[in-house]
Amino acid sequence: MLTLLFDGIAYGMLLFILAVGLSVTMGLMNFINLAHGAFAMVGGYLTVLLMQRWQVPFGLCLPIAFAASALLGAALERTLYRPMYKKPHLDQVLFSIGLAFMSVATMDYFMGSQQQIMQLPDSLRGRTEWGSGEVWELGMGHYRLFIIAVCAVLTLALQWVLTRTRFGSRLRASVDDSRVAAGLGIPVNQVFALTFAVGSGLAGLGGALGAEVLGLDPTFPLKFMVYFLIVVAVGGTSSITGPLLAALLLGIADVAGKYYAPKLGAFIVYALMIALLMWRPQGLFVRQGGK
Amino acid sequence: MATPSKPPIALAPNALLSAARWRWYEPVLCLLAFAAPALFPGHALIVNEIAIVALFAVSLDLVLGYTGIVSLGHAAFLGFGAYSAALFAKHIHPDPLLGLAVGMAAAMVLGAACSLTILRGSDLTRLMVTLGMALILMELANKLDWLTGGSDGLQGVVMGPVLGRFEFDLYGQVAAWYSLSTLLLLLVLARRWVQSPWGATLMAVRDNPLRAMSIGISVPQRLAVVYTLAAALAGAAGALMAQTTGFASLDVFGMDRSADVVLMLVIGGVGWLYGGVVGAVVFKLMHDLIAAITPQYWTFWIGLFLVLLMLVGRERLIRPWRWFARSGQGPQA
Repeated sequence: MLTLLFDGIAYGMLLFILAVGLSVTMGLMNFINLAHGAFAMVGGYLTVLLMQRWQVPFGLCLPIAFAASALLGAALERTLYRPMYKKPHLDQVLFSIGLAFMSVATMDYFMGSQQQIMQLPDSLRGRTEWGSGEVWELGMGHYRLFIIAVCAVLTLALQWVLTRTRFGSRLRASVDDSRVAAGLGIPVNQVFALTFAVGSGLAGLGGALGAEVLGLDPTFPLKFMVYFLIVVAVGGTSSITGPLLAALLLGIADVAGKYYAPKLGAFIVYALMIALLMWRPQGLFVRQGGK
Repeated sequence: MATPSKPPIALAPNALLSAARWRWYEPVLCLLAFAAPALFPGHALIVNEIAIVALFAVSLDLVLGYTGIVSLGHAAFLGFGAYSAALFAKHIHPDPLLGLAVGMAAAMVLGAACSLTILRGSDLTRLMVTLGMALILMELANKLDWLTGGSDGLQGVVMGPVLGRFEFDLYGQVAAWYSLSTLLLLLVLARRWVQSPWGATLMAVRDNPLRAMSIGISVPQRLAVVYTLAAALAGAAGALMAQTTGFASLDVFGMDRSADVVLMLVIGGVGWLYGGVVGAVVFKLMHDLIAAITPQYWTFWIGLFLVLLMLVGRERLIRPWRWFARSGQGPQA
C-alpha cells in the first residue's frame, strides 16, 4: 500500500518535471504544443547514447540532457514556433503534431525502433525495505528515491524563481496578461523564449530520468503526450502548484489502477480526466480572477 | 462564408439560396466517382478506401469546419460504428444495409452521450476530452476480448450480399460502389442540412458564440445536435470499413487516425463539405505514393508537410491565387 503510494509519487513527480514546461508555455502564449514530448525523448536518447557509447557517468548526463534540450528548444522557438503564436488553435495542434511525427520518424531512422535499455549506476540500484508485511510495509527503490529527491529540489527551485525573483514576477505578469505586461515594458518575447528553453530543458531532464521508469522508444512523444496534456488540462496553467498536484494525482491513480485493476488498464486515468474536466472545464486548481 | 461586403442584409435570403443551389459540376463529379470502379477495376479497393475516409472527413468537417470544435478523437465514432456493425453482422444478421443502420445508430447514441462533454471549456479541454473518449473506447475494445477479440481484432465477419443481390467480390468493385453510394447519399443529405437556415446558425455559432447566443440561437443545443449527427456519419464510415474489409481491429480507435482525418480536412479546406472528399483523395494518393517509396518513415514526410503547411498558412493551399499575397489579410477560418 505505502509502496504503491511511494511509486505513484515518484511517477507523479517525474510527470510533473516533464510537463511543467508545457504548462507554463501554454499559459503564457496560449499555444497548444503537442510536440513537448519530443524534447523529453531527445534528453532520454542523449543520456542513453552518452552512457553506452562514451561511458559518461549518469550524474553528468543529466545536466547535459538538460542543456541540450534547452538549446534545441530555444532554437526551435526562434525559428519555428514564434510564427505560430497568432494562429488559431487548430493550426497549432496540427503544426506541433507534425513536429511530433517528424521526431518519431527521425529517432526511428537513427536509433531503431526497439526499446532502449538504460544501465543505472550501481549506487542507484538497490532497494530499501521498511516495516514488516503485516501492518505496513514500504519498499523504496533507490532510483525512485533519487527521482523524488531531484524532482523535489527542482520544484522548490522553480517555485522560488517564480515567486521571489524579478524574472519570476515578470513571467507571472506575462502569464496573467501579456498585453499589459508588454505595455509596462516587460520584454514578453524574451521572457517567453527563456521560459520555453527552460521548459524544454526540464522535459529533457525528465526524459533522461524517466528513461528507466517509463521506457524509451521512438513512440515516446505520442505515447506520453496524453499524460502531459492531462497534467496541464487538469492542473490549469496559471501556477505550478496546480500541475504539481495534478501530476501527483495522475501518478498515484495510474500506479494504483494498474496494481488493483490491471484489467481496466489506463481506463481509470482517462475516465478520471474526463470527469474532472466536465466538472471544472478550466482545470482543477485555477486561481480566480486570472485571464 | 465570411465575405465581408458583398451581401447587403436585404439580400441575405438570396445569398443563402444561391449558395445552396446545385452547381453544374456537382452531378458530373458524382457520375465520375461512380464510374471510377468500372474504369479502374484494379484500383477498386483504393476507391473504396477513399470513399470511406472521405465520409469520415465529411463527418469531421461538420464538427470542426461548421462549428469549430477542435477534436482529436473523432476516431472514437469511426471505431464504435465499425465494431457495432461487425458484431451485428457476426452475431445477428449478415445484411450490410441493416448493419450500416446499426453502426450509424450506435455511433449516434454514443455521439449524443459524448456531446455532453464538449459543451463547456476551452479548445484544450475539448481536445483532451475527445482524445480521452477515443482512448477509453480503445482500452475497452482491448480489454473486452471475449466480445471484440482484443488486440487480435474482430475476425470472421462474413457479409451477405448488398440488397440481397450483389455479392462482395474479391476485387472490391461491389464494395466500392456500395461505399460510394453511401458516401454520396449522406453527402447530399449533409449538404442540404448545412445549407438550410438551421445550418447557417451553426456557422454563426462558430464565428462568434456570444453574438449567436444574443440573437437567440441556443448554442449548446446546436453543438449537441451537430456532434450527434457527425457521430452518426462517422459511424457509417466505420460500418462501411468493417463490412467491406470483413474485419475490425483496435487501430480504428487510434490517435493517428484522428490526426490523419484532421489533416485530410485541412488539405481539402475546412468548412466546405467537399473539402473532406478532396482531402481524402489527395491524402490517400499521397499516402500510397510515399509509402511505396519509404514504407517505414512516411510519418516523417507527413509531419514535414504539416509543419510547412501550417507555417505558410493552410489557407493558401486551397486558394493558390493568394500564394504571393501577404498573410494576415482576408478571411480567416
